[in-house]
Amino acid sequence: MAINEETVKHVAKLAKLEFKEEEIHDFTEGMDKIIQLVEQLEDLDTTGVEGTYHGITHHSVLREDKAKLEVTREELFKNVKTQQDGYIKVPAIMDNGESGA
Amino acid sequence: MNLETIIGLEIHVELKTDSKMFSPSPAHFGAEPNTNTNVIDWGYPGVLPVVNERAIEFGMRAALALNCTINQDTKFDRKNYFYPDNPKAYQISQFDRPIGHDGWVDIEVNGETKRIRIERVHLEEDAGKNTHGTDGYSYVDLNRQGTPLIEIVSEADMRSPEEAYAYLEAIKQIIQFTGVSDVKMEEGSMRCDANISLRPFGQEAFGTKSELKNLNSFNFVRRGLAHEVERQEKVLVAGGELLQETRRYDESTGKTLLMRVKEGSSDYRYFPEPDLPRLVIEDKWVESVRQSLPEMPKARRARYVSELGIPEYDAEVLTASKEMSDFFDGVLSHDVDAKQASNWLMGEVSAYLNSEKLAIDETALTPKALAEMINLIADGTISSKIAKKVFRELIINGSDDVKALVEEKGWAQLSDPSKLLPIINYILDNNEQSIEDFKNGRDRAIGFLVGQIMKQTRGQANPGVVNQLLNEEIEKR
Repeated sequence: MAINEETVKHVAKLAKLEFKEEEIHDFTEGMDKIIQLVEQLEDLDTTGVEGTYHGITHHSVLREDKAKLEVTREELFKNVKTQQDGYIKVPAIMDNGESGA
Repeated sequence: MNLETIIGLEIHVELKTDSKMFSPSPAHFGAEPNTNTNVIDWGYPGVLPVVNERAIEFGMRAALALNCTINQDTKFDRKNYFYPDNPKAYQISQFDRPIGHDGWVDIEVNGETKRIRIERVHLEEDAGKNTHGTDGYSYVDLNRQGTPLIEIVSEADMRSPEEAYAYLEAIKQIIQFTGVSDVKMEEGSMRCDANISLRPFGQEAFGTKSELKNLNSFNFVRRGLAHEVERQEKVLVAGGELLQETRRYDESTGKTLLMRVKEGSSDYRYFPEPDLPRLVIEDKWVESVRQSLPEMPKARRARYVSELGIPEYDAEVLTASKEMSDFFDGVLSHDVDAKQASNWLMGEVSAYLNSEKLAIDETALTPKALAEMINLIADGTISSKIAKKVFRELIINGSDDVKALVEEKGWAQLSDPSKLLPIINYILDNNEQSIEDFKNGRDRAIGFLVGQIMKQTRGQANPGVVNQLLNEEIEKR
């Protein structure tokens, strides 16, 4: 799989990053090399190796459902730039239906 | 052009856990803004989410109640997006191994049963809440951030807004019976998005769909979809082309408004959540959850109709909520006439609950007390008129011994002839004219005499017994 400039621009847009044209060019080359490096894995013979969809074999770690307050709003709000009446104040964002849940 | 409507629903349900999906912050509704959060909810560097065991159990309960197969080898995935309601810039969700898949529910529309397939039920975390000010700012409350959710995705099996409404209602009822959520649309613990498209009858391929958001009540779902059918129809009939759009239901106009046109779909860049290991659910856990499921509303309705002879409509009302249905079953366990029990619940009890805006488990009335009262009416201890007084006492203040209460308050009916006869004769002695009138064929005279006796006993005399004794006494004169 070869990376082209369109892909880099698209990924940059999704990550809300802005780059100059020559940076896009550099990134395209750099990312293409990374992909090639990873693609070497395809040369491995994986016959008889079971497939996986997670990097670690450790599994099923669960926590008991017990509510606990660990930190106050005041502490958390030390990293909030602007606030009002207990709310985090942010520039108005038009609800364009992009939110996750 | 004859067009067919195709609808699929995505329903989000908040799970009623104590703590959040991946952090121990309280998952309670109604706290001061931003007080129920911690560093995991805020996505601070280096924090590690840990899965809430009860959220998994609740997800399984819901999935099993919706006839899904459980993915016993499951995992969580990261869905990336930027929005200020989620400071992590990603939501932990489930992509290709949802907790449940391939379920179904049966709905009933116009007397016909139809099966709606459920594609998947997956677990995820809710986002925070934005309030958009008029001053150019938005205000963010992250209390809801991380609250456990399940998303129930139907297949595109519904063919009208009415079917979508019936499906939503069936889901609400089933989830409510499982006890995993309050499923209140007005409070946001149940939310609904709809996918809707039209296609010419007979065509197999789906038309271009739009996604409807902000359907925050049952009626908005019905009205929003109906409006969308109209809008798409207009475009298609005029020979126009639809774009894949996200639209918002506007409650003030009843119309849907364009939010954005969708381009491409894989922009969420899902990948396995690296902070959470996979989850293996053992058979015995699935089985114990399956065993703990209560009897579902449809099965209860069938039982009420076929075993108890309750009319279909009444059975529907009695199973509208689990509390009501459990209460009815509770009353029946005290050996009481099922129809009488049903009549009281549908009549006086429902009227009281509606006027006081209460649920049945928020009153002092117990199944045992209602059963005792019904049996006291049946054996003539109290009149049905007095029963209304007894009922008010029971639902407001409650009682463990209705019989004792009735005696203590002097509400028992007077049926004992040895106590009634002196009163009857006293009245007769003082109303010679009425006896005369009655003997001359004036039936109304008996009514007057009964009225006098009732007055004398302050309404406690048993009218049936009084009538009989009165006739006998007049005959003797």
